[in-house]
Amino acid sequence: MTETTMPAPDRRPGFAERMRAAASSGRLSAALILLPPALILFTLFVILPLGESGWYAFYDWNGYGTPEDFVGLRNFEQMFGHSVFSVAVGNTVKILVISLLVQMPLALLLALLVYKQTPSNAVFRLIFFVPYIMAEVAAGLIWSFVFDGNYGVTASIATTLGIDRFFVLADRDLAFYAIMVVIVWKYFGFHMMIYIAALQGVPDDQIEAAQIEGASRTQIVRHVQIPHIAPAIAVSAFFAIIGALQVFDIIIPLTNGGPSNQTHTIVTYLYEFGLTRLRIGYGSAVGVVLFVAAVLTAVFYQRIFMKRGAS
Amino acid sequence: MTAHVWRNLARLTVLLIVSAFVLAPLWATVMGGFKTNAEIRTAAFSVPEAWNLEFYSGIVTDPAFWRYMGNSLLISSAAVVLTLIVGSAAAYVFAQVKFFGSEFIFSYLLLGLMFPFATAILPLFIKVRDIGLLDTYWAVILPQTAFGLSLAILLFRTFFQQLPKELFEAAYIDGCGYVRFFLRFTLPLSTPILATVGVFVFVQSWNNFLLPLVVLNSRDVFTWPLGMMQYRGEYVTQWNQTLAFVTLSLVPAVVFFLAAQKYIVAGLTGGAVKG
Repeated sequence: MTETTMPAPDRRPGFAERMRAAASSGRLSAALILLPPALILFTLFVILPLGESGWYAFYDWNGYGTPEDFVGLRNFEQMFGHSVFSVAVGNTVKILVISLLVQMPLALLLALLVYKQTPSNAVFRLIFFVPYIMAEVAAGLIWSFVFDGNYGVTASIATTLGIDRFFVLADRDLAFYAIMVVIVWKYFGFHMMIYIAALQGVPDDQIEAAQIEGASRTQIVRHVQIPHIAPAIAVSAFFAIIGALQVFDIIIPLTNGGPSNQTHTIVTYLYEFGLTRLRIGYGSAVGVVLFVAAVLTAVFYQRIFMKRGAS
Repeated sequence: MTAHVWRNLARLTVLLIVSAFVLAPLWATVMGGFKTNAEIRTAAFSVPEAWNLEFYSGIVTDPAFWRYMGNSLLISSAAVVLTLIVGSAAAYVFAQVKFFGSEFIFSYLLLGLMFPFATAILPLFIKVRDIGLLDTYWAVILPQTAFGLSLAILLFRTFFQQLPKELFEAAYIDGCGYVRFFLRFTLPLSTPILATVGVFVFVQSWNNFLLPLVVLNSRDVFTWPLGMMQYRGEYVTQWNQTLAFVTLSLVPAVVFFLAAQKYIVAGLTGGAVKG
């Protein structure tokens, strides 16, 4: 196959020659048939909207006609000056912190408890994975039932205990803690599965060698298993960060951003203040900020990950 | 010996507590669909005093429920088929055809991995509206497919690269072109990866909420997450109705998961470990 495309050996082939070689071997026509559908779809529905986000962000525009009212950086100034946006960013950071400091350690602990292939472990793994397979909206609705102080599970608990009814999701301070409980409930199983896969890849002889040398269970976890699954932990942290940036579906059925806008995340903020009020320019500016955050995450992750790979 | 017993006991206690944390809301949900509202309010976790079937049967006989489910099924299946065809074709070029500039195009198509769907949702809404697709199935299918392509192409290419090259060389000598080879040999040899990608696209599309919320307005085309929210809005004070709806909506997902478990876990761990 390579013989047919080999150029004259005495000099490097030019662009035209390379294309001609590709054409004569049928590679070019194959590419011209197989690539365009993906390129067109991706460009039209991913890249163009993304670029347009960066364009609309500088206009005051309600989405009708073409954007004409150029406002420079005013959308961004307004956003960074808006107290609800700060709340949304703060909440997104809170989700991130809870993911890294509560969810991931919990997932790791559980993974260590159930990674071995036994029938009872398989049952526990399945139970822990159930919340992850259901839609966020369904999870949100189920928990809005749990937290409903009038008709839901907390009403029932209050009746049983003979105490006053309590309204978790209507409380400015409590509501977001409730949301974080739901987030941990929904996603710890996902992180656990990543760790389980990695733990099952730790060579048995390393663990046995440590045991023979008298290492305790904790020492084996700390010095053999965790170092071995470090790449998986890094991957799970990456998913946690990207996940924290996009929380939306869970919030809508639980609080819809309320009470008094205290439970917004960046995406619910974008939806509420960009789309429902038809301020496409303003919402696009939020999208741009979200994009920058996501790209910075990816770049930082690569940096840290590459470094670790090199050392 | 006793230390061993204690450790096992502690382990079991942790596992049971977390299981209770996971299952209690689900238990209350499933049971709630059988209870009167008064009973839900006083005893959320108990087994129903009388098993009221009216709420579940009310959902099952509601044509709207089946319409939402049907719409979701149609949209998700179309997204799967489209992603598999378009994504595998492109990945095949990057894995086995290659030409000057193909690596650059490959990197371009992977850009979708870098940012969340929501970043471009508003311009996407405008675009879908301007093309005239608003409130149609395509308004969900096409963007969904486009955003799923990056991961699909990455997974497909990795798999295609592992297929034996000798096979192609033999076929090429026999006069088989690239496209024919792709259809006749590459695709049939790739069923495991087609299944994994297909399952992922399906689950993602089936559970998607933001995109349908933004581009679908009329109940005729609502997917089930939208229908469920709509339903909740109509029965604010009657949880038994909503809980029956939620429970029944989860049945297909659970059945699908149990059937496709192998591929879900394979995709999850395969992608994760490679990172």
